[in-house]
Amino acid sequence: MTTAAPRLALNAISRHFGKVSALDGASLTANRGEVHAILGENGAGKSTLMKIAYGLDQPNAGTIEIDGKRAVFRTPREAMALGIGMVQQHFALVDALTVAENVALGGTDTFDLKATATTIRRLSEASGLGLDPGARVSTLSVGAQQRLEIIKALARDAKVLILDEPTAVLSPIEAKHLLDWTRRFADAGGTVLLIAHKLREILSIADHVTVLRRGKTVLTSSARDVTEQMLADAMLGATRATSRTPNQAPARIARGTPTLILTNVATRDELGVTRITDATLSVNSGEIVGIAAIEGAGQRELLRVLAGRLVPAKGTVRLPEGVGFVPEDRHRDAIVLDATLTENLALRGAVDRRGLMPWKTLDGIANALLRIRDVRAVDEHVVMRTLSGGNQQKFVVGRELADSPAALVVENPTRGLDIRATADVHAALRAARDAGTAVVLYSSDLDEVLLLSDRVLVVAAGVVRDVGSDRDIVGLAMLDASH
Amino acid sequence: MNTLADFLDASVRSATPLLLAALGETVSERSGVINVGLEGTIIVGCLAGLAAATFVGPTAALATAGIAGLMFAIIFTIITIWLGADQIIAGTAITMLGLGLTGTLYRVLYGDSGAALTAPTLAPIGIPLLQDLPLIGSALFHQPLPTYLAVAMVPSVWWWLNRTHSGLAIRATGENPAAARSSGVSPRRVQTIGSLFGGLCGGLAGGTLVLAQVGTFAEGMSAGRGFIAIAIVALGRWSPVGAAIAALFFGMASALQFLFQSLDLKLPYQIFLALPYMLTLVALALAKGRYRAPAALGARVGAVDIT
Amino acid sequence: MPPLARTLRLMFVPILAISLSLIALSALLAVSGYSVTAALAALWHGAFGSWSVIASGTLVRATPLLFAGLAVAVAFRAGILNIGAEGQLLAGAAAATAVSVTISPAFGIVGSCIALMAGAAAGGMWAGIAAGLRQQFGVLEVISTIMLNVIMLHLTGLLVRGPLQESTATFPQSALIDQALRLPRIFPGTRLHAGVVLAVLSALLLAWFLRSTARGFRLRMTGANPRAAASAGGIDVARVATSAFIASGAIAGLGGAVEVTGVTYALYENLSPGYGYTAIAVALLARLNPMAAIGSAFVFGALEAGAAAMQREAQVPAGMVGVAEACVILVLLASEWIGTRARGWSTLLWGGAPPQPNLSDPAAIGELE
Repeated sequence: MTTAAPRLALNAISRHFGKVSALDGASLTANRGEVHAILGENGAGKSTLMKIAYGLDQPNAGTIEIDGKRAVFRTPREAMALGIGMVQQHFALVDALTVAENVALGGTDTFDLKATATTIRRLSEASGLGLDPGARVSTLSVGAQQRLEIIKALARDAKVLILDEPTAVLSPIEAKHLLDWTRRFADAGGTVLLIAHKLREILSIADHVTVLRRGKTVLTSSARDVTEQMLADAMLGATRATSRTPNQAPARIARGTPTLILTNVATRDELGVTRITDATLSVNSGEIVGIAAIEGAGQRELLRVLAGRLVPAKGTVRLPEGVGFVPEDRHRDAIVLDATLTENLALRGAVDRRGLMPWKTLDGIANALLRIRDVRAVDEHVVMRTLSGGNQQKFVVGRELADSPAALVVENPTRGLDIRATADVHAALRAARDAGTAVVLYSSDLDEVLLLSDRVLVVAAGVVRDVGSDRDIVGLAMLDASH
Repeated sequence: MNTLADFLDASVRSATPLLLAALGETVSERSGVINVGLEGTIIVGCLAGLAAATFVGPTAALATAGIAGLMFAIIFTIITIWLGADQIIAGTAITMLGLGLTGTLYRVLYGDSGAALTAPTLAPIGIPLLQDLPLIGSALFHQPLPTYLAVAMVPSVWWWLNRTHSGLAIRATGENPAAARSSGVSPRRVQTIGSLFGGLCGGLAGGTLVLAQVGTFAEGMSAGRGFIAIAIVALGRWSPVGAAIAALFFGMASALQFLFQSLDLKLPYQIFLALPYMLTLVALALAKGRYRAPAALGARVGAVDIT
Repeated sequence: MPPLARTLRLMFVPILAISLSLIALSALLAVSGYSVTAALAALWHGAFGSWSVIASGTLVRATPLLFAGLAVAVAFRAGILNIGAEGQLLAGAAAATAVSVTISPAFGIVGSCIALMAGAAAGGMWAGIAAGLRQQFGVLEVISTIMLNVIMLHLTGLLVRGPLQESTATFPQSALIDQALRLPRIFPGTRLHAGVVLAVLSALLLAWFLRSTARGFRLRMTGANPRAAASAGGIDVARVATSAFIASGAIAGLGGAVEVTGVTYALYENLSPGYGYTAIAVALLARLNPMAAIGSAFVFGALEAGAAAMQREAQVPAGMVGVAEACVILVLLASEWIGTRARGWSTLLWGGAPPQPNLSDPAAIGELE
C-alpha cells in the first residue's frame, strides 16, 4: 500500500537462553498506517520478539530496521527516542504518583507538570482516551491505567505502538473503544503491533497478521486472505502424528464419585479483574480433567480455587481435605530451595503437624520417594537447590501424591523438563488417576492436555465449557473464535 | 518570659542538626534506601568538622564535615545499592564502624590528655530588626549559619523532589523501581544520589553539633541523633516540611529537659523525651495512601542484573 | 560429605570473618601508632589470660550477648528484622528489677525465677507492640523497633528516678537487689553467675525447638519462603511471624533479667552498652544457628573483655573493638556476595533466594537445568 520503506522491520531475529531457543530467525514487517496482529501460543516467542523491539532485550542474531535504516538500541529509552512505544501486559506505573507525573517520568525536557497536564488533555481529547492528569494512579480503574500507558507512549511521540494483549484486562465495551482507537491511530499514519489471542477481534481490526510458532514465523499475510481456521492451524500446528503414545479416544465415562465441585464460581485476579464469571464443573475420582485455555483466560485462578488455595469471589466450592497442588512457579510457591529434601517433603501438611517432627519417618518417606519417582539426588539430606529442575519437579509431584490425596491439581507440570522427566511426570499423573485420584491438569501445551486427559474443559470468555476432545474444535474454542 | 524565649531558642538549636540529617534521610528514603548507618555518618561529620577546624575557619570546616559524611556514605552505598546487601544489616555495621573509628581516631590524633580540644565555633548571625522580636526573635533570627542553612534547605528539598525530573525519578524509584526502570530511569543511579545526599546531610549535621553547639568532640557524641532523624523522617511523613515540623518537635522535647532542670522541676521529663517517638509510632500506624512509607523502601533493587 | 568436613566447611567463613577483622584491627592499631603486639597481647590477656579472667570477663560479657543473639536469630529465621533487642532486653531488666525489689527476699531462688519470668514476659510484650503494629498496620518493624528502643530507654530513666529509685533518692538507679534474690555465683571468687548456664540452656532449647518441633519447622519455612510455606504448607505465615517476634522479645527480656539479677544487681540507664546491636553481629556470625550462637557470643564476649583490658594496659581506646565487630559483619556480607556470584548457598543477607527465573516466562526457561 505504501511505496516507502516499512516503518518497522524485524529481520531473522534469533534469541536463545542457554540451550533453549526462544526465537529462531523470526521476521516481521510492519508498514505505516497498519494494524499488525501477532499471534502465537505461549512460548512461541511473541513476547520475546516484542521485548527486543522495545529495547528490553537484545537479539543474538538478526537486524532491526526503522524506516529502512538499520537501528540498534539497548534500552527502552533508546527505543522510545526512535519512536517505539510499548504497553506491556503488566503495567509499569507508579501507583503513588499522579497521571501527569507518570507521563513526565523519565522525560528529558524541562520539568513542567502543567505543560505535561496540558499535553495529556490534548492527547486525551484527540484520541478519545479520557484521563484526568491530576488523578493518582492508585485510584484509576484497570482500563484507565491502560489508557495511561498508551498516553505515555503517545506523549513520547510514538509512531510504532506495541500493545501486548491489551484487551485482556478490559470489559467488552472498553475493549471495543480501545480497538476503535487503534484503528484511528493507524489511519492517521501510526503503526500498531497488536499481540492478541482473540481471533474474532483480530480479524475485525487487523490489516496484516503474522503467526509465530516455536520461535519461527510460520505465516504472514494480509488479514483479508486468512480465516480463523487457518490462523488456529498455524498457531497450534495442524493435528499431527506424535511420537508419543496417542491418547485413546475417551472410552471411559467418568465413573467415579464427584470429588471437586464448583458451582457458579467467579474469580478475580490480583489486579481485581474478574476473569471467570460463572463456572460450574465437577471432577470425579479416577479421571484426569484437562483445562484448555490461553494465557490469562482465568485458569490460574480457577486452578487455585480447585486446589483450595484461593477463595472465589462468588459461588460455592466443595473440596476434600488436602488437595495436592503442583504450581507452575515451583521455586516461588512449592519448594524451599535451601531446605533439605526431607524438609521439603514435610512442608506438605505442615500446618497440621503437632508436637515433634518425626524426622526419621520423614527421612524414610523421602528416601522412598526418591526411588519411586526416580529423582536423581544423593540422598534425602541434600538441599533442594542442588537438584536439577526436572528432578525438583518430579519430587514435588511425588510429594503431593505421597499421601494418596483425593485430588490433585497440576499447572504446567512439565514446563522446562526434558523428555524423560516429562514422561515420568506423565506416568505419575496417569498412575494417580488409576489409583482413584481426581486429577486436574492445565498445560499451555494443548497437545499435552489432549494426550493425558479423559475429559477436556475449555476456559474462555469467562466461562468453562465442554466442547469434546477434537483438537481443532478445542483450539478454536480456546481462542473464543466463532464456531 | 525569658525562660520561654530561651526554651524556644534551645529548641531550634537542638532541632537544627536533627533537621539537617532528616532532610538527607528523607531524600534517601524517598528513593527507597533506609540508612540506619546515619548515626555513624553523623559522628564522622563531627570528627571531620573538628579536625578541619584546626586548619581552616569554621564555615569551611562545616563544608568539610559534609563532604566527610558523603564519603563515608559511599561505603554504605556500594555495599547495599551496588553489591545488593541488606540495607539494615549493612547500616548497622556502618554505624558500629563509624562510632568505633571516630573514637579511635580522636584519641590517636589528639591524645587522651584531659584537655579537650576546642574548635572555634560559628557565632550566631543576627538578622537586624527581626532578631528583636519578642519571644521568637532570638530563636528564629539569631542563630548560627547551620540553622539558616537547614531552614533554606526545606523549600529547596521540596522543590527538588516535586518540581524537577530528578526528584520525580527519586520518588518513582522509591515506590516502584521496576516501573521507573521501564520509563528509562536507572534505579541504581537514583538511589546512589539519594544515599549520598543523605550522607552529605548527615555529615553537615555532625559538623553542626561540633562547630555550632558543643565546640568539641567526645566519643559517641552523636548520642542517637541518627536514629532520631529516622524517626523524624517517619513522623514527618517523608516530606521536607513535615521533617521540619517533626524536628522542631523533637528539639522541643529535648529542650524541655533543660527547662525543667533550670526550673528545678522534678517532673518526669522522660515522658516528654519519649513522646515524639510514641507519636511516630502512631503516625506510622495511621499512615495510609500518600502518607505511608515509600512502597519499595528497603527493597533490593540490585538483585536483578540490569542497571 | 562426612560430618566433620561439613562442619569445618560451615565454619570456614566465620573463622575467616574473625581473622580478617583482627587483621583490620591490627592495621588500625599500627596506623594509629600503637604497639600492635602489646595491644593484641592485652586483648588476649583480657579475654583468656586466666580461668578467672575467662569466667569474670569473657563469659560474663558473653551471657547477655548470647541471649540477645538468640533473640535476633530466632526473629531473623522467621523473616522478622528485629532491631529492638536492645529495648526488649531493657524491658526485661526493668521488670525483673521491679519484681526483685518488691517481693520479700524470703522467696529466695523462687523469687529469682519469678523475676526472670517477669523479665521474659516484659520483653515479649515490648516486642508484641512492634509485632502488632506490623501485623495490623503494616508498619516496618525496622523503624518501629528502633523507636521502641528509645522509648524504653527513657522509660527506664523515668523508673530509676521515680518509682524504682533507690531509697536515698540520690542516684538514678534502683535499689540493690537483695542478696537472696540474686543469681548464685558458679565459681566463688569470680563474677560468673548461673545466668550463663541459663543462656546455654536457652540456646540448646532453641536449637531443639527449631530442629525437632512442628512449630519450629513452620517458623523456619515461613522465614525461608513465606509463599511456599503458605501455598504448599498451608501455614498461616502472619501468625507464625508474630509469634516468633514475641518469642524473640521474650528471650531478649530474659537476657535483661539475667543481667540485672546476676551481674548489676540494680537497674540503671546505661545497663546495656549496645548489646542489642552487637547481638545482630553475634547472630550473623552464627549464621542464625542457636548452637553456633554460643560460640559466636563467646567470641564477642572475648572481644569486649579484651577491649577493656586493651584500654587499661595498652591505652588503646576500647572503641577500636567496635571497628573489629563492624568488620566481622562486613566480611560476612562480602562473603555472601562472593557466594552468590559463585552460585553459593544461604542468601539470607542477600534477599532470600538469589533471583530465580520466573518459570512462566518462556524466556527464562533457558536458565533452568
